[in-house]
Amino acid sequence: MNGRIRAIARKEFRHILRDPGSLGALLGLPLFLLLMFGYAVSLDVDEVPLEVRDLDRTPESRALAEAFFAGGRFVPADPGPGGGESALETGRAAAVLEIPPGFARALGRGEASPVRVAVDGSDGTRAQTVAGYIDGLCLRYGGDLRALEAERAGPADGGPPGAVLDIRPRVLFNQELRSVVFLVPGLVALILVITAVVSTALAVVREKENGSMEQILVSPVGALELILGKTLPYAAVGAVSAAVVLGAAALLFGVEVAGGVGALAWTTGLFLLASLALGVLISTMADTQQVAFLISTMLTLIPTFTLSGFVFPVRNMPAVIRWVTRLFPTTYYLEILKAIVIKGAPFRYYAGPAAALALYAAAAIAAASVRFSRERSRSR
Amino acid sequence: MSGSGDGPAILAEGLVKRFGVFTAVDGVSFEVPPGRIFGLLGANGAGKSTAIRMLCGLLAPDGGRARVAGIDVARDPEGVKSRIGYMSQKFSLYGDLTPRENAEFFSSLYDAGGGGRGDPIARAFERTGLSGGAGRPEGVLTRDLSAGYRQRLALACAILHRPRVLFLDEPTAGVDPVARRRFWDLIYGFAEEGAAVLVTTHYLDEAEYCSEVTLMRDGRIVAAGKPGDLKRACFPGIVLEIECGSTGPALEALRREPWVEEAAVFGSRIHAALAPGFGSDRVSSLLAASGAGEAKIRETDPTLEDAFLKIVSSTGAASLGGAGSGPTGGGAR
Ligand SMILES: Nc1ncnc2c1ncn2[C@@H]1O[C@H](COP(=O)(O)OP(=O)(O)OP(=O)(O)O)[C@@H](O)[C@H]1O
Ligand SMILES: [Mg+2]
Repeated sequence: MNGRIRAIARKEFRHILRDPGSLGALLGLPLFLLLMFGYAVSLDVDEVPLEVRDLDRTPESRALAEAFFAGGRFVPADPGPGGGESALETGRAAAVLEIPPGFARALGRGEASPVRVAVDGSDGTRAQTVAGYIDGLCLRYGGDLRALEAERAGPADGGPPGAVLDIRPRVLFNQELRSVVFLVPGLVALILVITAVVSTALAVVREKENGSMEQILVSPVGALELILGKTLPYAAVGAVSAAVVLGAAALLFGVEVAGGVGALAWTTGLFLLASLALGVLISTMADTQQVAFLISTMLTLIPTFTLSGFVFPVRNMPAVIRWVTRLFPTTYYLEILKAIVIKGAPFRYYAGPAAALALYAAAAIAAASVRFSRERSRSR
Repeated sequence: MSGSGDGPAILAEGLVKRFGVFTAVDGVSFEVPPGRIFGLLGANGAGKSTAIRMLCGLLAPDGGRARVAGIDVARDPEGVKSRIGYMSQKFSLYGDLTPRENAEFFSSLYDAGGGGRGDPIARAFERTGLSGGAGRPEGVLTRDLSAGYRQRLALACAILHRPRVLFLDEPTAGVDPVARRRFWDLIYGFAEEGAAVLVTTHYLDEAEYCSEVTLMRDGRIVAAGKPGDLKRACFPGIVLEIECGSTGPALEALRREPWVEEAAVFGSRIHAALAPGFGSDRVSSLLAASGAGEAKIRETDPTLEDAFLKIVSSTGAASLGGAGSGPTGGGAR
């Protein structure tokens, strides 16, 4: 690294270290979020009042309902007026299982049999756990059925494979339920977005605002030196902060990175590259920190929260919005993170999003350098 | 450094800058030889800072040419950058760094640390009177220092790489008179060593120290020359300072006379510029007749402020009538 880049980076670190607020936000907030969410979801729940609405009334539907009460996790809800979701509203039941008419018939044909499950989400902790139990139970029940099916069809023609039970747990009232495992990749992405995009954009615009940018631009510093010097410190802070969250998640909640750390590192580097370039690009569009903050949160933070699967799963979104999520690099990075951190999947499972991210990074860097050099030589 | 040779250190030829439909600098030309202090004056929005930005290579001109230190700014902006020192109008060092950290930062941008003899920061601090040790603890952040100290620090940061051309945009704004005086001593020092200094200011008493001044108005130059020449051109007759009982009637009486070219109130006194050939006796008899009371009259030197007020009030926007044809216009084209 040459002397100028080092000088700019050193100065940037000084700014960061001397502003306890920003350092606290960059390192403390993610950790706080992790602890809060992490401890909130690690409680167990028993004797959940469950209302079964069996609209099919067949041996198969009754078998499914019995499977729910067998383990002792669920107890039948007190009978009362109003079935279905109104049972959740009155608080009689914490969950409702609805078996639609035609359930057994569909099973018999080997088709997917939709079962509706509604969970009271007003108590997030409890709802999280309950949804988990239901998921597990249905999987087990579906497994048994599948075995039965195979026997009946005989080994000759094999029969249609795949999921026989199509279960769609639906969470009411409080949709941002995520377990700590799912939370970790989202937090990592969030940290990097804040440091790499928002902080970078603010740091560059701050120099414009207080006039020091002009003082730098009359010196013989090159555009690339300036960009690198300004952005590398935030990349470092973001990487450290992400590592701290990953470490804390492993230590406190046993959420280990399932895949390779090397894969995690290089994909994160790719994401950082795209984000830093995006930050610089935003800085060329704004003359004040307020505007820079507005643009960068609109373009990155809010999409990260709402659109890229951090809070709401992308597959549950309408097609248009699902398409919109493709515009933000965080979407790709989250897919990669989930594959590496949670599933430990090999490269071919996240090659697509990784390629998209690389493309995105290249485009963002090109756009940022064009705009930055133009701004440097033209007005202001 | 190179480029100072015989030619001007700063050369502006018909510089034009437009922001949209608005023309901020409209055909400005001047030159500054090495070793001179050139004062660029004018009201807010006259286009001074814009002109400086073009000369520094921060802003591409829409017309005209700029040569600084013998280098064409448009052709080799990087070459110019390493030879100039620029202090922007707005204080733009980092308040959350110490003076030394600020200087270290700018020093590294210019690679001023390597190659040269000695420590450039120590030299610049000494040069600007910042190293006088007494009670300047290392750890103090720049934002906690006095305005006068900060201005000198900004100057120190602008001269770390020993530039031969200095652009100082309102370097003394918001600084007390003693600190201003000190700052000007520094500017003199640089000029004596052969640097060309272009300085803008709203303090016309300071402008008197310049080797040459140029007055801008609405993006154009309306007067230029040595301060003494400018004043003589504006006031070919004598200028009187009048102290009398009631200023109002006296001023009215003076302004009615065609041989009084200019009459203005300065504090409790009136300054009156007379046409050539008229003397103080005419004034005393006029004032006696107007009933302005006992008048004390003495001849005074006109100030640059007198001259500029006259220029600004007598010229419409365009040319500088009388003064332009006089002995002014020396340095400017
Ligand atoms: N980047 C810009 N975009 C649009 N207009 C600008 C820009 N920079 C300057 N101007 C306008 O150009 C005119 C000249 O501005 P400039 O800053 O050069 O004046 P100045 O003589 O330095 O004034 P001051 O004494 O207030 O510093 C002003 O009207 C200003 O509003
Ligand atoms: Mg200005």
